[in-house]
Order: sequence, then structure tokens, then C-alpha cells
Amino acid sequence: MSTINETRPADALRAGDRQADEHASATKPLGGIAGWMDDRLGGAKGVSFLAKKVFPDHWSFMLGEIAMYSMIVCLLTGAFLTFWFVPSATQVVYDGSYVPLQGVTMSDAYRSTLGISFDIRGGLLIRQIHHWAALIFVVAVFVHMARVFFTGAFRKPREINWVFGTILSLLACIEGFAGYSLPDDLLSGTGIRAMNGFIQSAPVIGSYLSYFIFGGAFPGEAIIPRLYSVHVLLIPAILVGLFTAHILLVFLHKHTQFPGPGRTNKNVVGYPLMPVYIAKAGGFFFIVFGVIALISAVVTINPIWAYGPYDPSPITAGSQPDWYMGFADGALRLLPGFLEFETFGFTWSMNIFPGSLILLPLMWTIIGVYPFVEAWVTGDKREHHLLDRPRNAPTRTAIGIAGISMYVVLFLAAGNDLMAIKLHLSINDITQTLRVLFFVAPPVAFWITKRICLSLQRADRQKVLHGRETGTIWRHADGRFEEIHAPLTPEERWVLVQHESLEPLELTAGKDANGVDSPIARKERLRAKFSRFYFRDRVAPATPSELEAAHHEHDDHAAALDGGHEAIEPAAAGQERETVKADKQHG
Amino acid sequence: MNALATRRRHPAAIAVLLLLGLLVTGGAYSFLAPKDANAAASAAAADDVAKGKDLFIANCASCHGVGAQGTKSGPSLVGVGAASVDFQVGTGRMPLAGPNVQAPQNKVKFDDEQIAALAAFVASLGPGPAIPEEKYTTVIEPGTPENNKAIAEGGEIFRVNCAMCHNFAGAGGALTRGKYAPALDGVTPRHMYEAMVSGPQSMPVFNDTNLTPESKQKVISYLKAQENQTNVGGLTLGNLGPVSEGLFAWVFGLGILIGCAVWLGKKAA
Repeated sequence: MSTINETRPADALRAGDRQADEHASATKPLGGIAGWMDDRLGGAKGVSFLAKKVFPDHWSFMLGEIAMYSMIVCLLTGAFLTFWFVPSATQVVYDGSYVPLQGVTMSDAYRSTLGISFDIRGGLLIRQIHHWAALIFVVAVFVHMARVFFTGAFRKPREINWVFGTILSLLACIEGFAGYSLPDDLLSGTGIRAMNGFIQSAPVIGSYLSYFIFGGAFPGEAIIPRLYSVHVLLIPAILVGLFTAHILLVFLHKHTQFPGPGRTNKNVVGYPLMPVYIAKAGGFFFIVFGVIALISAVVTINPIWAYGPYDPSPITAGSQPDWYMGFADGALRLLPGFLEFETFGFTWSMNIFPGSLILLPLMWTIIGVYPFVEAWVTGDKREHHLLDRPRNAPTRTAIGIAGISMYVVLFLAAGNDLMAIKLHLSINDITQTLRVLFFVAPPVAFWITKRICLSLQRADRQKVLHGRETGTIWRHADGRFEEIHAPLTPEERWVLVQHESLEPLELTAGKDANGVDSPIARKERLRAKFSRFYFRDRVAPATPSELEAAHHEHDDHAAALDGGHEAIEPAAAGQERETVKADKQHG
Repeated sequence: MNALATRRRHPAAIAVLLLLGLLVTGGAYSFLAPKDANAAASAAAADDVAKGKDLFIANCASCHGVGAQGTKSGPSLVGVGAASVDFQVGTGRMPLAGPNVQAPQNKVKFDDEQIAALAAFVASLGPGPAIPEEKYTTVIEPGTPENNKAIAEGGEIFRVNCAMCHNFAGAGGALTRGKYAPALDGVTPRHMYEAMVSGPQSMPVFNDTNLTPESKQKVISYLKAQENQTNVGGLTLGNLGPVSEGLFAWVFGLGILIGCAVWLGKKAA
């Protein structure tokens, strides 16, 4: 039975109509389920665009993926935990199955977290996966960030995406802090106590701000539900939204690639998303999930039952925040107490304030604006899709390492008590040493890193001009010894000579004919000064003419030696292009 | 010699040389290491106090003075009581091996009888806390509701009074200038009790007025219950809190995942 009138089909009436032709032309060459979907969603064009997207291959490009996948693991396990977690500071008496706490009065938040750990099937494992995934998430975010920085992947057109990433990394830390403060055990309560101190250190408004956030005096009953909303709703929403923008921009910009033969700023050499990267990335998700689950199954994290319930009077030795907040805790431990003073009836807690409310915004602002500073100094307005090898940008690499050394000093300071007991040192000595290192380590790290980079560049030059040292020593008939150098292949050589070597900017705007300073002269002088700082002691890559000269020398040498084993093969056909490029660069 | 010389660039040469070096050093140390003096064992007397006095003069008087009145290098022991001696000598902290910011736990140098004699001698100098009665140093085992309640109470007392130095799990913590609160696992109930009443080194005294003997027993029982429980979450990483967790995440978490990424990157498409 059908509602269609077989004897008088409607189409028959329209035979020869224009509409029929139109219908035929609108039919897409897709069949089956894909066609059915496309007729309704119209996604075929976009999907085929994405599927053909090419990605370059390198392990360090997967650091961001580790972050993405551990974030997804956090979202999944977090949803599980919300089924049982009660975000409430209401006092209850514990009667669950963990013996050493039976009969103890505690908050409902702590009781429900104990419940998840001991009385919900699989609860402890999921809780540990959630926490380990969070730690690994922030680790991966920071390492990914370092990779992008040291390879110069933040340069035009990716500055905005770098800023997005910067905000994402800050949000990840705050999200983590809000999370580990929720169970209301002794350690997390101590963390909230520290946060209260942070807020109160704000000059003049500190105590008002604290009352506003805690809904009264510390600890009160408001902070846990408030942190819960922030942790499960507000920050995840921003995090996921911003992350989507972050990854869409990666698609839009195309992925950066390391230099190599055939790789330019105008192409991407790699494999398409479909099927290669879909399989690789999909598989990698399960690897990340599996590794995190394995760690969570065998290693305890945050044993809240051992800490006991929070109560403002007790505290435990070794109270530290999770690692990503460690540097702020370290700053507090290093700031000397004498910085606090009083004027006009107000207390200025300069012993806390710089480490608490200044440090985080300052650090992330510096990170966020760096691409713009470097772009201004170099005056480079071109797009860059080829990555720098860190040694080829010595000043940038050195700045990065100097910043990291400062961060590491603060980070180590957060564990000063554990270093003291485990290494049998005095905590006072460690603190004093780290105070000095905070100022001394960055310039030393800067200098050492820059020298190492320049040396590596010089070594590259040597390698290009004279070949690779083989370690084989020859003794000649006349008794001389000589080390044999093996020539590089054109592919190997290309990687070592392809990069640009920026030179310090020359002053362009000076005085005019009447000896009057041009309006931008001051700015330009400053810029030239910075440019000198960046590029003064550069090592230029070997140019084709230098290479040529080296060849001749070797050839003469080899001819005289009668063995000729050091002779470099005549230039291959592929070298033509390289020669032209590098000569242009040099000129 | 020539045959040996031809093998000097063998890949295993360095390993063999290292092994040889370690064996020689270790062997030499075991021959030359200072041996414990056994003078104490020869001292013997029928009376405990008299025997203790002999032991004291032979082993302790150089720092604490012949009459235990104290010298520049050691405090007076008049009135510290038997509990203090039993703790300090019974855990090997005394006799002190050398001047240090704090006496570390060490190999016990005397047998039980000698320690009892020393304790009796020091107790005879002036009144002080005695060695605790056995009923307070018996651990309350979890099982019955009232026992569980006692252990939970012990936990609360521990968190309020002890955790700030000894850490939430009794894993120990740092104090100023290289001093420290030691880890509490493996310490006998009697020594724990004696530490509380005598307040060794930087530790405050918890006398019977501010912490009743029953409360001390509960604290000890809590610590033992914690020590004996199964680690439900897996490896504890030393119960040191987020520092060791962070280190683990960086070294093993990141290490394993980067290893996987490198492996995946090596796989041909």
C-alpha cells in the first residue's frame, strides 16, 4: 500500500519541465549514508577540506595532542565524579567504610569524596585518573608551549593563537587549583587558606575582597559551592570554547613544519588527515588514556583519607599545592618578611603581594606579548610557516631559558622543606641560596645558552664546509696524521644552511638636512639598540661561495695527497637552487 | 700484557674497570672501617644503678659530665627521667656519633639490660618521666566500634598536635637550620610514648595534663593503624604530598607519553 498514485504519477505531468533538469543537476555524486547525511547537513565540502588537510610529522607536534587528550580524559572522568560529589560545607558525621575516620565530624564535600574513594565501585580509580590526567594536562600544556616558543612557531600569522594558548595555560592552572580545593581535606583546605591570604594581601581592599569571595569570614560555607561552579561550569566552558578556537586556527593557518629539502613557507610536507592522521591521532588518544589509567591504577594521588578533614587549626608538614601552582608558593617562601610595612593606617603586605597577586598576571602578560615584542625588534612582517631550529635564534632561545630558569628557582623553592629533609640540608640555607639564584640564575642561563647556540651554529658551519668528522685517523706515507671528513649529502647540508640569519637593523631615520631629529628617531634608536642585542653576535650560515672555496681547498689538498679520500663530490644537480637562495640571502 | 692492551677499547672495558674500582673501594672500606669499641660490655655490677653508673661514666660522661650535671657539649641529665634515656639510647640516638644539629636515629649500641641500667641510674639523679606502663603502649587494634572510635580520635589528636611537623602520614618534615621531625613508621609504641613525655631535641613535651596517657595510646594506635592498612590507591610515593606527585607526572607521565609520541612518529604512514 502506498500513498503514491501509481496510475497517475506526478512526475509524468512534469515531463519536459525545466524543474526536472534542475533536479538532476542538484543531485550530488555522493551515495549511501554519506549522501543522505550531506543532503541534510551539507557538510561534504567542509569534511573533504578537513580530510585532505596535510600535517607534517614530528613527535614534538604531538605534545599539544597529549594536552588535548588528557583534557578530554578530565572531562569524561569529571562527569562521573559529579554523580556522587556533594559540593557542600554542611557538617556531617562520617559512617562510611574507612575505619580511621569513623565517627569524625566533617563536611559533606569531604564525606562524599571519601564515599567516591571507598564505597563507589571504581570510584577511587576514576578519581585518581581525573587527578593524574589534570597534572599531565598542565605538564603537556607547558611543554607544548615551550616547543612553540623555542621553534618560533608563534611568529606571524600565529600571534593571536599564541595569545589564546597563553590564556588557555593560565585557565588550566586556575581550573586545577579550583579542582584540588574541592574535596575539603586538610591539604585542600590549607590551599584555600593560602588563597585567602593571597586575596587579603591586596592593598587596602584585601579584606573586603576576601569577605566578598568567601561570603563572610574564612572559611564559611560558601566557598566550596562557589569553587564547584567555577570548576565544573565556568572555566571548563571557557576552556573548551577557547580551545576550539585554538585548534580551528591551527587548521586555518596550516601546521608549521621543520625545515628540510622541499619544505617552504608556501607548502606543508606531510600526510593527509584522512586516513593517516585520523588513525594516528585516534590511536594516540587511546594511548594517552591508557597510560594515564595505568599510572592511576598503580600510583596513589592525593590520598585525601590520610589527610583527614579540614579544620582551620591543624596543618601538615609538607603542605604544597599541585605542581603548576608551585612557583607561586615558592615565591611566597622566598619573599623576605621585612617587606611588610604600614602607612596611613593600612598594612602593605609586600612580603606576600608580589608573589601572590602580581606574579601570575605579570608572568602570563610577559609570555603573551613576547611575539609582538620580537616582531617589533626584527621588523619582520612576513609569514613564517617554517620553524626555526632553536640554535638559529640564539637570543630568543637564551631569553626562553633565562625565563625558565627563573620559573624553576621559584618552583624549587616550593619544595624547600622536602629538599632539606631528603638531602640533609638546612632549609634556611636552601632558601637563601634560592633567593640569590632568583637574580643570578637568569643572566647566567642566558649567557650560557647563547654561547651554546652560537657554538652549535659554528659547528654546523664547520660541518657544511668540511664535512662530518668520521673519527678515523689516517697516517700518511710521510708520517702526518689526518682525520677523515665525510662529505654531507645535499639533503643533510640543506638543513644546516637553509635558515636566514638576521642582521642588526641600521638606523634609517636620523637627522634631516637641517640637523633636526626626525619625529621617529628616538623610537628607531631604541629599536636599533634592541636589534643589536638580538643579532649582534650572529653566526651566518655557510654561503655557496664559501662552500665553493672550501671545495677548492679540499680538492687541492686531496690532489696533493694522492689519496683523494677527502675530496667532496662535485655539486649535485639539486644544489643549484640552494646556491642561488643562500647567495641572495648573503647579498 | 699485550693481550690485555688489545682489549682496552672493548665496549665492556669501562664497565669492568668501574666494577673493579667499586670492589676494591668497598673491600678496603670493610677492612679499614672503624670498629665499635666494646668497653661497655666489660663493665658489670650486681646493682642496676651501680652498673648504670659504670656504663654512664664509660660512655656518656665525656659530654654529660661525670655526675650527669652537664658540660659545654652536653645538657644536664638530672630530672630527665628514665623515659628519656630509654628513648635516646633505645633508638640509637645516644651515644652521639658526632656533633650535629640533631641526633639522628642510629644503630642501637647497648642491649636491653644495659639500657635499663643506664635508665635506672639517670632516674636515680632526680624525679622525671618514667618508662610508660605497658597498658598504655599496647596498640588498640581496629575491629570493634569503640576501638575504631578510639583510633579516629587518635587521628584527630595527631592532626592537631603532631602533623604540622611530622606530616599527615607521619612521613616526617623539615625544621629550621637542618633540624627535622623524623618519620614515624617503624618506631615502637614505647619509644613513641617516651618521645611524647620527654620531648627529645626540638619536640615539645606532651605531659599527662595536656595529653592523657589514654590519648597518647590513641595517637600511637592511629599511627600503627595507618602503618598497617593496605595502600588502597597503590604506591604512596613516600606520602610526601603534591611534590612527589608532580615529580612523578613530569618524569613518568610525560616521559612515557613522549616515548609513545616518538614511537608513533617513527611509524611509517
